[in-house]
Amino acid sequence: MDTNLAVEMRKVTKTFGSVVANENVDMQLRKGEILSLLGENGSGKTTLMNMLSGIYFPDSGQILIDGKPVTIASPKDAFKFGIGMIHQHFKLIDVFTATENIVLGLEDNKKFDLEAASKKVLEIAEKYGFQINPKQKIYEMSVSQKQTVEIIKTLYRGAQILILDEPTAVLTPQETEKLFAVMKKMRADGKSIIIITHKLNEVMEISDRVAVLRKGQYIATVNTSETNPQALTDMMVGRATVLDINRPEPVNPEPRLVVENLTCVDEEGVKRLDNVSFTAYSGEILGIAGVAGSGQRELLEAVAGLYPVKSGTIVYSSDYKNSKSLVGLDPLSIRKMGVTMSFVPEDRLGMGLVGTMGMTGNMMIRSWRKGKSFFLDRKSPDKLAQKIKEELEVVTPDVNYPVRRLSGGNVQKVLVGREIAAAPSVLMTAYAVRGLDINTSYTIYNLLTAQKEKGVAVVYVGEDLDVILALCDRVMVLCGGQVSGIVDARTTTKEEIGLLMTQFRREGAKENE
Amino acid sequence: MSEAMVQILTLFHSGVVYGVIILFGALGEIITEKTGHLNLGVPGIMYLGGISGLMASFFYENNNPDANTAISIILAIVFAFIGSALGGLIYAFLTISLRANQNVTGLALTIFGSGFANFFGGMLNSMSGGVGQISVATASNGFRAYISAIAGNDTKDPLYAIFGYGWLAYVAIALAVILYFVLNKTRVGLSLRAVGEDPATADAAGINVTKYKYFGICIGAGISGMGGLYYTMDYIKGTWANDGTIEALGWLAVALVIFTTWKPLNAIWGAILFGICYWSYLYIPGLDRSSSEIFKMLPYLFTLAVLIVVSLRKKRETQPPAHLGLPYFREER
Repeated sequence: MDTNLAVEMRKVTKTFGSVVANENVDMQLRKGEILSLLGENGSGKTTLMNMLSGIYFPDSGQILIDGKPVTIASPKDAFKFGIGMIHQHFKLIDVFTATENIVLGLEDNKKFDLEAASKKVLEIAEKYGFQINPKQKIYEMSVSQKQTVEIIKTLYRGAQILILDEPTAVLTPQETEKLFAVMKKMRADGKSIIIITHKLNEVMEISDRVAVLRKGQYIATVNTSETNPQALTDMMVGRATVLDINRPEPVNPEPRLVVENLTCVDEEGVKRLDNVSFTAYSGEILGIAGVAGSGQRELLEAVAGLYPVKSGTIVYSSDYKNSKSLVGLDPLSIRKMGVTMSFVPEDRLGMGLVGTMGMTGNMMIRSWRKGKSFFLDRKSPDKLAQKIKEELEVVTPDVNYPVRRLSGGNVQKVLVGREIAAAPSVLMTAYAVRGLDINTSYTIYNLLTAQKEKGVAVVYVGEDLDVILALCDRVMVLCGGQVSGIVDARTTTKEEIGLLMTQFRREGAKENE
Repeated sequence: MSEAMVQILTLFHSGVVYGVIILFGALGEIITEKTGHLNLGVPGIMYLGGISGLMASFFYENNNPDANTAISIILAIVFAFIGSALGGLIYAFLTISLRANQNVTGLALTIFGSGFANFFGGMLNSMSGGVGQISVATASNGFRAYISAIAGNDTKDPLYAIFGYGWLAYVAIALAVILYFVLNKTRVGLSLRAVGEDPATADAAGINVTKYKYFGICIGAGISGMGGLYYTMDYIKGTWANDGTIEALGWLAVALVIFTTWKPLNAIWGAILFGICYWSYLYIPGLDRSSSEIFKMLPYLFTLAVLIVVSLRKKRETQPPAHLGLPYFREER
């Protein structure tokens, strides 16, 4: 047995309902190394790590710490084994100081002494080169400082194995540099580190070895020094699978939506969209690819009038003569012009549907304005609900049954079906097939293609590259809020898109990132 | 001593007496709200505390001609605490375990407490032969004992305005200081505040959120109930009066929690200020019955003013606990 292993996971499997998140995954973490866990969205990286940190419990398989089999049933157990995970969403209490957050929940039978704890925090910070003010309140901190608090929190509790879930997603390049320096110091101190990421340049820079997951399956572990980004991309996206999706050639494409130099800034002043320009044509499906959080959501919302635009133009033309700028219009007027959006976020019900209402009620949210009389028109939304139920095979006992109680896939069908029923001229969908089974997914692909044939400009934000390549006519790739390329879906390859997603080819982008 | 000075002293004295009732209510509610639960049942809990303590002493003293002062007082305090903590337990069970709406549950508890207390108060009245005939003189005198050597009996003496109160008043102030210390300087206090700010984070840090909430709410309710006890035993000298004063003071306690921005030390002077505001109409010349009511609004106006100022300043420390009023499910994200 290799005594040099800090963690070994053997044939670990985890399923959520019918979705297999991890299947027979093997992973080995050596002592004193930095291991990158690489994979696309939904490849099961975070699920795997959550099993290590006690948030999920594996269905089958074995976890060994220092060569001994262990059971990790809760985050407390994980701490006991010296495992600390830094999540993407920080678990910190805003009105507490850094020290208060670090000692929260810690029972060490010692006198409660914040001064001594602050000192110890500073010692840890000094040892690894963190910069931290133990008395600073969390709400006064930048994202990077909050991350520092999270890392120190795990070190304070004596973690030997650190898991960082996409730590650089929220950091500036300078902050990333600092983080990497700290990680190298921790490695020198004998700590073992797993970093979840899908940025290839970071993988090459920081890690000793790379473990690759694809669609819940373990692919391979390679030494960073013996590989290159191209090989990693191949492992990450895999060979192209052929999907049988009907894809007619676009007929008479004409510009519907012209976006130029669109820049959007969020509340914290971070650029979410940076100089985005593209044109969506009628009668075609424009795919948008990119790792999660590359600006997909902001882009759709900006077009729909839900996200503030800092600069740039969005012009909608119903034909060559009539063009109108959408910037500054309220969502309702944009909708009336025929631009619709169906966004399927993580919580599915968050945007677009009211959970406690039935299908009919949710149809009415869109239709009640059309009514002329004082009373609501219930008949036509009811008919529409029935129609969607039959055509999309929505499994529901009744059209008035609260949509909150339907399964995720059925909720999505209701949402997409309603948006299509509005007879849009621009249809934007995001993650429309997330969590759906194959048959339902095909129903939705066919619906989108039918819209395209009607002359609608369809914008399809998706996760699965195989689908994007088979369904769309052109693919725009977003990376860090910038357009890293627009390619023809018929001629491009998965590898090309994969590289664009991680910006590997764009030398110029690194400086202004 | 000038007439005006005497008036100010007597106003201060009666302000403090009402202030103590409000202070107990508010301190309990601060603990409750720090766990993230808005308990609008404070008036009902104060009713429960008042009637439970009164009944305990009443039955003890009526069955023992040579009632012992200490025993009668201890019985009153213990039963007042248990009675109001049970009220808190009902609220805790409904809002924590069954995740009922906190506002509705609290209001229901207020209505229940007031009905319960007035029913048994009426029963005690009829048992003792008529309204105002209830007597728990032993306990009441025990509660009303003050340090007469220093304070004297002269209501015009400034010392009387400081030392001339039943000893529960000083307990209330001490309790405020203790509560400040516990909340800010101990591990338990840190965990309790974490639960009210962000139960998911507290849970992930290994804190037993449900336990903290139950204990916080029940102990908070027990302390609020002491306000009712002080009212029945000290202010109305050990009898029962169903004129709704407890309820009015209970609402003032809820308002005071906001006024103090959830800080126990502020509650001390805030409660006295509220008490003084309550009585100020007696000392302002030329008021008739209707215009005097306007002055009773003063505490609420102060609370509104504080809310406006605090909201404008947007300082995080003066905001309510972030998870106040929201239910917590571990599985829901």
